[in-house]
Amino acid sequence: MSTFTQVGATSVARKAGRSASFRRKSPAWHGVAEWGIRATALLAIAAIVLIFVFILKEALPILFDTHVRGEVSLAKMWLPQAWEGGPARFSWQPASEVPKYSLMPLVVGSLKVTIVALVISAPIAILAAIYTASIAPRRVREVLKPVVELLAGVPSVVLGVFALIVVGTWLQKLFGFEHRLNAVLAGCALSMTIVPLIFTIAEDAITAVPRDYVDASLALGATKMHTILRVVVPAAIPGIAAGIVLGFGRAIGETMIVVIASGNAALLDATLGHSTRTITATIAQEMGETVHGSPHYVVLFVLGATLLAFTFVTNLGAQRIVEHFRKKRGGT
Amino acid sequence: MQPIREERASRPPRLQGGGGGAGRAGDTVLLVASAAAAGIIVLMLVVILADALIHGAGTVTWAFLTKPPSGAMAGGVGPAIFGTAALTIVMTIAVVPVGVLTAIYLSEYASPSSTLARIVRLAVANLAGVPSIVFGLFGLGFFIQAVGRGIDRLAFGGQVTYGQPALVWAALTLSILTMPVVIVATEEALRAVPRSLRDASLALGATKFQTTFNVVVPQALGGILTGGILAVSRGAGEVAPILFTGAAFFLPELPTNLNDQFMHLGYHVYVLATQSPDVDRTKPILYGSVLVLLGLTFALNFVAVLIRARTRKGLAARA
Repeated sequence: MSTFTQVGATSVARKAGRSASFRRKSPAWHGVAEWGIRATALLAIAAIVLIFVFILKEALPILFDTHVRGEVSLAKMWLPQAWEGGPARFSWQPASEVPKYSLMPLVVGSLKVTIVALVISAPIAILAAIYTASIAPRRVREVLKPVVELLAGVPSVVLGVFALIVVGTWLQKLFGFEHRLNAVLAGCALSMTIVPLIFTIAEDAITAVPRDYVDASLALGATKMHTILRVVVPAAIPGIAAGIVLGFGRAIGETMIVVIASGNAALLDATLGHSTRTITATIAQEMGETVHGSPHYVVLFVLGATLLAFTFVTNLGAQRIVEHFRKKRGGT
Repeated sequence: MQPIREERASRPPRLQGGGGGAGRAGDTVLLVASAAAAGIIVLMLVVILADALIHGAGTVTWAFLTKPPSGAMAGGVGPAIFGTAALTIVMTIAVVPVGVLTAIYLSEYASPSSTLARIVRLAVANLAGVPSIVFGLFGLGFFIQAVGRGIDRLAFGGQVTYGQPALVWAALTLSILTMPVVIVATEEALRAVPRSLRDASLALGATKFQTTFNVVVPQALGGILTGGILAVSRGAGEVAPILFTGAAFFLPELPTNLNDQFMHLGYHVYVLATQSPDVDRTKPILYGSVLVLLGLTFALNFVAVLIRARTRKGLAARA
């Protein structure tokens, strides 16, 4: 037995030996404490349930409250409206004389930023994961993994400021965008927080591929790289796909980076070089100015509920992908 | 999985031309591309740190760390550091006991087929995926409007005391946000304790409770500490949840009660970056605050990574 087993066992034996009998009955308070532990575990369930309940509670007036419905409804948020007698269009201007609450500019904004972030981060993260898990020597790996963890620990406000000041200048020199703060800049900054996430999940997936696959492939004469590309990575694709889906969910939900770096103009267009406004930035910036219970307040909670439902679905999707492929492969 | 090592001497003859000449070039391309990708990630971290150090080092003096700000362009971040510390202390008191006990339940007491355990894990996984701004909305809608106003009605006769942005509500919101971090780290640490320890303890006549708390948990303390440190690091860095639950930009006094508002390093950086009237004059203060915040979270994460690496080596040697 190792030293620590002896130490732990000795102290327990000393406590057990205090009573006369060899095996004594547990004191009553042990049972109570154990029930306390079970009850504490319920708090996690209570937390997520409460989150759903209270976000929905503050958002529900959009369906029932007459005062709120005078200004806005779910239909008005999703369909183009002929505001102020003009042509039917999407417009987000809650603070104007005739408040306009179209979701489209915000949804498009969130999608623009997220897609840019994924296009940048997925290849980098997956390639780096392949390198770390299969090719890198042990010493390099022992440096790379902590570095990625440290990058994951950088607060998003810091990434936003870094983008605002440094990356914004680089991008202007490279591309000369019409607006300095735009979807591309926000997407670049966002990718710095998504890369560690996709990297970690992809690296886990690649490491989990059974050694037998690799051995069999090498035994059949394939080269190391060929094995990685044609055997290991395809086997790890469900995990990698789940990582990308989770990265998507995380990018859609990120707030501080886009508030600082995206320009915050609720424009509806496909140009990536224009300023844009995301759902998250809208909630963050407009919540402080609303009155409790006002239509604007309710709409912001509707945005929050939409976001919550969306990330819930993406998380579920990622889980399902992994489970489906695990079953298909036969429980490896 | 170990990195793949070919053994040239014993390699059997090729059955198929697995790419032949083009295969060799493809091999190099993969090697170069993947190593470059790894290098890009390292570069990202290095550039961010270097940028903060270069532009912020000049501003961070002892006076900067202790004095309050005077306007947006001068002064220091002393109250912000104090507020961040107060916030994370209250958050830690709330999250660590609950998180550790939940992880103990999941790891030691739940049977593998237990439905309750499955639901708890599902809840934790979903909590981890909720966007941070939605936590802020929850803090507003539940803690401030429901719980806070309720407390006001019952204990203060309707006067607004707790039904407004406050340190305690921000801390509780953050504690729910960081609960998955603590639970996952603790569970990982508990699972790493060898089964033989538990068996030996039970064989010597200890109860399950004694085994768990006298034998298993002490062995897992390294991982539990890691989880706590990572939670504190998130608490210091997350700004979205505290935007409307308690953070403020300039307060004349330090927070002394749970229902006071507070200043916060991350929130300070956010306001300086987005709402300062003169960007160039604010830059030194902005970078100084960024450096302090980055230094803090970086140091915490670094310590957590170190502890985790040492605990893993220690357990590997023991097992």
